[in-house]
Amino acid sequence: MDELLREYLPILIFLGLAIGLGLVFLIAAAVLAVSRPDPEKNSAYECGFNAFDDARMKFDVRFYLVSILFIIFDLEVAFLFPWAVSFAEIGDFGYWSMMVFLGVLTIGFIYEWRKGALEWE
Amino acid sequence: MPGYEPTFVSEYLLPGGWILLQCLLLTGAILISLAFLLYMDRKVWAAVQLRRGPNVVGPWGLLQSFADFLKFVLKEIVIPDGADKAVFLLAPMIAFVLAVIAWAVIPVADGWVIADLNVGILYLFAISSLGVYGVIMGGWASNSKYPFLGGLRSAAQMVSYEVSIGFILVAVLLTVGSLNMSDIVRAQDSDWGLLGWYWLPHLPMLVLFFVSALAETNRPPFDLPEAESELVAGYQVEYSSTPYLLFMIGEYMNIVLMCAMTTILFFGGWLSPIPGLPDGVLWIVIKIVVMFFLFAMVKAIVPRYRYDQLMRLGWKVFLPFSLFWVVLTATVMRAFDIAPWASTAAAQALQ
Repeated sequence: MDELLREYLPILIFLGLAIGLGLVFLIAAAVLAVSRPDPEKNSAYECGFNAFDDARMKFDVRFYLVSILFIIFDLEVAFLFPWAVSFAEIGDFGYWSMMVFLGVLTIGFIYEWRKGALEWE
Repeated sequence: MPGYEPTFVSEYLLPGGWILLQCLLLTGAILISLAFLLYMDRKVWAAVQLRRGPNVVGPWGLLQSFADFLKFVLKEIVIPDGADKAVFLLAPMIAFVLAVIAWAVIPVADGWVIADLNVGILYLFAISSLGVYGVIMGGWASNSKYPFLGGLRSAAQMVSYEVSIGFILVAVLLTVGSLNMSDIVRAQDSDWGLLGWYWLPHLPMLVLFFVSALAETNRPPFDLPEAESELVAGYQVEYSSTPYLLFMIGEYMNIVLMCAMTTILFFGGWLSPIPGLPDGVLWIVIKIVVMFFLFAMVKAIVPRYRYDQLMRLGWKVFLPFSLFWVVLTATVMRAFDIAPWASTAAAQALQ
């Protein structure tokens, strides 16, 4: 086997095993358990009320804002990984490049903060 | 070997079978220890509240988790009428499968790892980022208000703390110089036992990582997605039987994974704390159990956070501080000319 396969084949096999195990659990309950559905049991739970409206409603825009901020910072982390690993070889130039990059992002972060994008009340 | 011809059997089938055996062994070991960790969680919680906890099934209630498992399997799977059936059943599968396969790169002793990836920690980071999908799909597919709100909250919370976890990992990686999980442990090997581990130089990051791990796994005091008093059970409201079981196993596997991560990053994994004692799998198990005990204690004694406080803590405290720590670590290493572990003589000798 070549190197790449040797490293990643276990993950593939593990993935197969995990999916198999999950399916066994699901099928076991579907086969073993008695199933007696009725309209009351199958209605959406709403603390004793009959469910009104569709549950997929408008939601707060801040959730959206948080996910956008997440993408920015997660990308930043993704850039930091290779930098951290090769830190010994890239020397002063590498160090200062990353500091400038982080500095630019910090300015953005301060702007977000001052604009109130991180407020949540 | 003279006259050795690689055949399909010797080349793929035998190694594949061997790997499958390892996977089965690890999954079995984790699932069985999970049963007892769950029992321990409930016992600790009960002890703090001066209750007795599970004590009926088996001696001292030790078999409680197995009884629960049987009960789950024998219960009816209720799928709400309005639910998107395929996504509804897919969500717990995703949560469970991701929680299991994350374990593939966790080294339990030197060389005892299913996939010794050279990008191990990147793999873990990717898998734990994907974990959000199970939660948000479950919340959306249920087509019910509580799961929907719970799913949204949970997703926002998990991604917020994911960022600081990323920065904490980078800070540790700077000192290691390798993405391999086993290398992270080897880098902490020194003549001083537990004083050589990274909890000492990275102490603030240990605290941040522990709290972020609580938030990432939706553990109390950050269990807002399933805050019983307002959202009933969050994204899990409509789930019953084994789909719920899959969610729960996934959640606990993630918690134990976070304990293992803390152990590997900051407490030297399988290394012995006292110089001279042999290293081995026993140490990592002890450390994980101690970490899990801390998780259980936090659940028992810390009151639940409010959602705005949670987001403020994540974005305004943890994020700037972990970012600062990355810069500080890099600056100190550059100023005092400290080489990452991977480029030291000890690491080169291992290659």
